[in-house]
Amino acid sequence: MAEATRLGEGLRAYRLIAGMWIRSTMTYRTSFALTVVGNLLITGMDFAAILLMFSQVDSLGGWTLPEVALLYGLSATAFGFADLLLGSMDVLGGRIRDGSFDTLLVRPAPVLAQVGADQFALRRLGRITQGVLVLGYALVAVDVEWTAAKVLLVPVMVVCGAVIFGSLFVAGAAFQFVAQDAAEVQNAFTYGGGTLLQYPPTVFGTDLVRGVTYVLPLAFVNWVPAAYVLGRPYPLDLPEWAAFAPPLVAGGFCVLAGLAWRAGLRAYRSTGS
Amino acid sequence: MGSGRLYAAVAAGGFRRYATYRAATAAGVFTNTVFGIILVYTYLALWDERPHLGGYDQTQAVTYAWLGQALYSTLAIQGGGAEKDLMARIRTGEIAVDLYRPADLQLWWLASDLGRAVFQMLGRGVIPFTFGALFFSMALPQDITTWVAFLVAVALAMIVSFGIRYLAALMMFWLMDDRGVTQTMMILGIFCSGMTLPLNAFPDPFGDIVQSLPWAAQLQMPANVLMGEVSPWHAYAFQAGWAVVLLAAGRLLQSAATRRVVVQGG
Amino acid sequence: MFIEVDGVEKVFDVRRKTGFLKRERRQVRAVDSISFTVARGEMVGYIGPNGAGKSTTIKMLTGILTPSGGRLRVAGIDPSRERTRLAHRIGVVFGQRTTLWWDLPLIDSYRLMHRMYRIPDDRYRENLDRCVELLELGGLLEVPVRQLSLGQRMRGDIAAALLHDPEVLYLDEPTIGLDVISKAKVREFLRELNGERGTTVLLTTHDLQDIEQLCSRVMVIDHGRMVYDGALAGLHEAGGSERILVVDLERELPPIEVGSAARVVKVEGPRQWLAFPAGESAAGLVARVAAEYPLVDLSVREPDIEAVIARMYAEKATA
Repeated sequence: MAEATRLGEGLRAYRLIAGMWIRSTMTYRTSFALTVVGNLLITGMDFAAILLMFSQVDSLGGWTLPEVALLYGLSATAFGFADLLLGSMDVLGGRIRDGSFDTLLVRPAPVLAQVGADQFALRRLGRITQGVLVLGYALVAVDVEWTAAKVLLVPVMVVCGAVIFGSLFVAGAAFQFVAQDAAEVQNAFTYGGGTLLQYPPTVFGTDLVRGVTYVLPLAFVNWVPAAYVLGRPYPLDLPEWAAFAPPLVAGGFCVLAGLAWRAGLRAYRSTGS
Repeated sequence: MGSGRLYAAVAAGGFRRYATYRAATAAGVFTNTVFGIILVYTYLALWDERPHLGGYDQTQAVTYAWLGQALYSTLAIQGGGAEKDLMARIRTGEIAVDLYRPADLQLWWLASDLGRAVFQMLGRGVIPFTFGALFFSMALPQDITTWVAFLVAVALAMIVSFGIRYLAALMMFWLMDDRGVTQTMMILGIFCSGMTLPLNAFPDPFGDIVQSLPWAAQLQMPANVLMGEVSPWHAYAFQAGWAVVLLAAGRLLQSAATRRVVVQGG
Repeated sequence: MFIEVDGVEKVFDVRRKTGFLKRERRQVRAVDSISFTVARGEMVGYIGPNGAGKSTTIKMLTGILTPSGGRLRVAGIDPSRERTRLAHRIGVVFGQRTTLWWDLPLIDSYRLMHRMYRIPDDRYRENLDRCVELLELGGLLEVPVRQLSLGQRMRGDIAAALLHDPEVLYLDEPTIGLDVISKAKVREFLRELNGERGTTVLLTTHDLQDIEQLCSRVMVIDHGRMVYDGALAGLHEAGGSERILVVDLERELPPIEVGSAARVVKVEGPRQWLAFPAGESAAGLVARVAAEYPLVDLSVREPDIEAVIARMYAEKATA
């Protein structure tokens, strides 16, 4: 019960603060429009790279363009939502350094919600837009016998993927309590993970695939469930049901990120730096 | 030779400034290494499918990928070098102070950016590149001459990179907001430098076009010199040509901009 | 008691570089067993040199930092355990860090406070009107914060901290960097807030005039320890500090003689410097000088806080 009220309080605070940032952005309308387009183009360059590659070959790691586009669309859309909602958490380190983080701690709202909503930027809709466009193309172009399970799996992947990436953002922010200048480490996991998942697992070395399946199970964002949808062999011979594990994995990620955040905040409040 | 010492001091300042961010440097090394690994695997798959794409073999493609990560921040391929500070100074009007300094504006910023670039090559470039060389097979020259020739090409690349970003930064004299410029620079930089794919692997005629643009002087030329794909003198001529054009354009724009400042009274 | 601090400590682990990779770990007692109480409605000045532990104390009182030891209660609440519950009852102003929204009109920041603290509509209206009137914010509500002057912004920040009717207001350097008029306005407002509404006020400052004009009680912290807690006059006595009356006479005269009330420390042409105990009013001295000498102008120079504390130590050491 108490947890539920806290969650409600958090969401409310998030909405209030995000609203303020949107209003702030809207004071510079032209610049805002520019940045949405810019964000779309910059994030879309990853797909342009894939298109460039496919202008020279018909398949990559044995996967065709529509199949790779499906991976890309799922990864980019899921990442896009996480990025929109929590993507500015890397400013936390700066806030700790300049002391403005303290002003968040004297407000009657959960700190995580305040940090999550910090610098909320609608321009990040650009990333989601290009992800959805590619995903739409892929869903039309792939050669799949659609079943109820496969259809259901698509939105499940996007939502769970967003939760998984969101957890990475939170965990990365928690790390900044310890190392304020190391915001870029979290980029290696968030942006790096997002990029990794845009390519088929068959491209990568077995050790790397094992790592992102068993150690940091990013494979459940799209690799495993998309393999099920496409009727392709799973990476690492995982069992059939593994395609339906994303909600479980996402839940696990959430809990761990929450614990990391608490530990980080506790460390900050006992050291003040 | 007092002014030479001055610019050397400015460059040293740029070097030291970036050297103080130890944690950020370590984090950057980590990130570049992770992205290097991802990129290398995609290249391996691509060259598996088309063994001599763009005239590179697989080990050359791998070398190129790691070189890209190693020079990524050195050449500020998506921006974020001295031009960022310059833009801020123009926006706040502090640039007026710089104009009264007994030093050349362009040279001053060039020196500062070169200092930064050298630090980032040592601090952020060497480790990912070494990591790549240890864990993947790369096409590296055995003779010292080629390495020296490569370093000269990197130095010229630094100047071209600065030339592009200096022009972009000067736009701030006429624009209110830096975001449009920054983003355009970022997109062109990543794409036309060949950060996503070597320019010689681009489909024709697109490939020929990007290989003649100044961005080709940044990553592609040093890479080709290192791997013996182009004669150093040819590469230097291409790079120096663009460096001269860009720096001259920078001068022109700079004098137009300073007239503007003087007219407005700061 | 409204604020109870009993043997509170804060120990930080500081890691310092001693070589290329070598690091030395050292424990620093930022706050070393401090005890005090503040009654509801008191206005207390909290002073000390930089790094003495002032901010750390305030951060513990507001729940930002968890104490390493001791007992701490504000309005019966343990700040570090019930941070959000306490937040509704306290107001905090960080002098050099605005909490206002830079690109938005001032009023927008207040609307956010209204909703975030769930302030009842009528209370919000009333408090806002009051702050606007007393802090002279009337014409500024629709102005984007980035366009406000430092003094205006500080007044705006103080108002933002008071909309939810806090029982205690913490101010960290509220007058730093402000011009004389803004300083006066802020002080006037705080006096009124404390006097009329009985809001407890705890302020840290470097400006002894803040304390002099506002606080009946001063606490001095140095090296994490409380070195003085009492009236301002007592502090001056303890520190043996003096104020300086600068007198401009019509012409050059021999050193002014006013008995034991003051002594001349410097003469320069028609200008003379008279030192007198900081705890005493300047009025008597001024009246006497004015009556006996041809005066053109005069001014009082305040002793500076660091000097007072330094002298206090010097005396302790010799005593």
